[in-house]
Amino acid sequence: MKTYETVIGLEVHLQLDTRTKIFCGCVTHFGKDANSQTCPVCLGLPGSLPVLNQKVLEYGMKIGLALNCAINTFVKFDRKNYYYPDLPKAYQISQYDFPIAKKGSLTITTGEQTKKIGITRAHMEEDAGKLIHSPEIKCSLVDYNRTGIPLVEIVSEPDMRSSQEAYDYLTSLKLLMEYLDVSDCDMEKGSLRCDANVSIREAGNQEFGTKTELKNLNSFKAVKAAIDYEVARQIKMVEAGERIVQETRLWNDEKQMTFSMRSKEEAHDYRYFPEPDLVPFTITENDIEKVRKTLPEFPLEKLDRFIRQYQLSDYDANVLVQDKQLAKFFEDCVMQWNAPKKICNWITSVLKQELNKRKINISEMRLTSGYFVGLIKNVEEGVVSNLVGKEILTIMLDTGRTCMSIIEEKGLRQVSDDNALGAIIDTVLVENASIVEQIKGGKESAIGFLVGQAMKKTQGKANPKKIGELIKGRFQNG
Amino acid sequence: MITRKDVQYIAHLSRIHLQESEVEKLTNDLEGILGYIEKLNKLNVSAVKPTSHVLPIENVFRQDIEKPSLNPKDIMKFSTDNDGKGSFKVPQVIE
Repeated sequence: MKTYETVIGLEVHLQLDTRTKIFCGCVTHFGKDANSQTCPVCLGLPGSLPVLNQKVLEYGMKIGLALNCAINTFVKFDRKNYYYPDLPKAYQISQYDFPIAKKGSLTITTGEQTKKIGITRAHMEEDAGKLIHSPEIKCSLVDYNRTGIPLVEIVSEPDMRSSQEAYDYLTSLKLLMEYLDVSDCDMEKGSLRCDANVSIREAGNQEFGTKTELKNLNSFKAVKAAIDYEVARQIKMVEAGERIVQETRLWNDEKQMTFSMRSKEEAHDYRYFPEPDLVPFTITENDIEKVRKTLPEFPLEKLDRFIRQYQLSDYDANVLVQDKQLAKFFEDCVMQWNAPKKICNWITSVLKQELNKRKINISEMRLTSGYFVGLIKNVEEGVVSNLVGKEILTIMLDTGRTCMSIIEEKGLRQVSDDNALGAIIDTVLVENASIVEQIKGGKESAIGFLVGQAMKKTQGKANPKKIGELIKGRFQNG
Repeated sequence: MITRKDVQYIAHLSRIHLQESEVEKLTNDLEGILGYIEKLNKLNVSAVKPTSHVLPIENVFRQDIEKPSLNPKDIMKFSTDNDGKGSFKVPQVIE
């Protein structure tokens, strides 16, 4: 049995989060009425002229720099020619030989291992329209709202060796782009799309095998599953002595299989040539430095800093950093109260759970960092018990009120007054005489049951440790 | 060397239907054009700056500011077929 090595390269299309399209002033809102965001330029009407949106070039440079790329100082656009109804001009304005960025890398983490994945290039282009297929009336409907929405295509080197690495590459890339604030990276809306080039070769072989291009990958999970399926299919073919054909294959998520898409093969002859309607662009070192200054702290840098500065565990720091808003919320809290570990625990365990339950993200919740810190302080200072603190948090999330106002209104202040607790314990001991006998007979573990009963009577408002001590005291005193 | 096959291939890519006589003529024409390019290729152009655009201007931008779009109703007036709800209608294409 031979062993095979998988070789994967990914092409990611990212819709840029600009107000208007790449070459015209139409807005880029998602899900509006068909063709309501179109104009002569993006409809490709004769006589119209495209003009580059400056923001797109700026975002392109940002992306290039974040991926450690060299920014080309001379940049131009080219026409990529093919006939398809989603493309009103019958060509897509893209970049061929002078893209915005080239030769970079992205560091990914797979398990405990980190690896640098090469970035071949990143280029700017316009998106195509949307086709809705309507088999019952034997036609396709065309909506050009998406036509001309700015894209940056990020092409990786064939450096990934497993579907897991491909998955981790996508996760890292998405997070980095979210930090850059250049795209909403929403796969469901199609703001982030991925094609995978997959081939296999015998282990140790230096030459690449024939690759297939996988399309229609609608989630990171689909990317992983499609690669796994494709690798198995290719190995089976090679083992059977068959030749792998270079082709585009579509992933079918329902059947969990890839299928050949023969129809579009000839379209691979795109006959690129320089776009005469757009003049070239020169980018100076000064321009690059200006953009570099706007770059945020990257996820990996933040991770390192959180571990060093706040002494968080790798795991905790990672949970915070995986969500830019969450990381910011954490730091906002720490600025108000220097107890990073306590705050981190409350965020990663309690708060995150509550947000997941409500299916909202941190920017959508009705809880300010100040109120959140107030709550944790109240728990730490023993004003309320941990358990009640969690209940208060849910009320705070529902109402946006402060912790104190909820405590006062509902009378949730922790009962730690010995007299009050003593009275409750008296009752519990009377009500559970048989248990009391057992404990007197040596079954000390039953004390826990009495603590539970006492907690119930205080509606969770007492400090369980304190109750435990008081009950134990009763037995020691006879 | 341009062959009839090349011309037919390019015509197909461009969705142009050519008569037999046109294929013959275009094959000769293209051969002539490429012959001319061949001549240029032989010239010493080491002192000439490459031309990427015929106009001597660069860095023309627009700001990211919205402009009104057209009304889908008006757009549909120049469609060959539409669904009455603002979408163009074309013969079925299957992805």
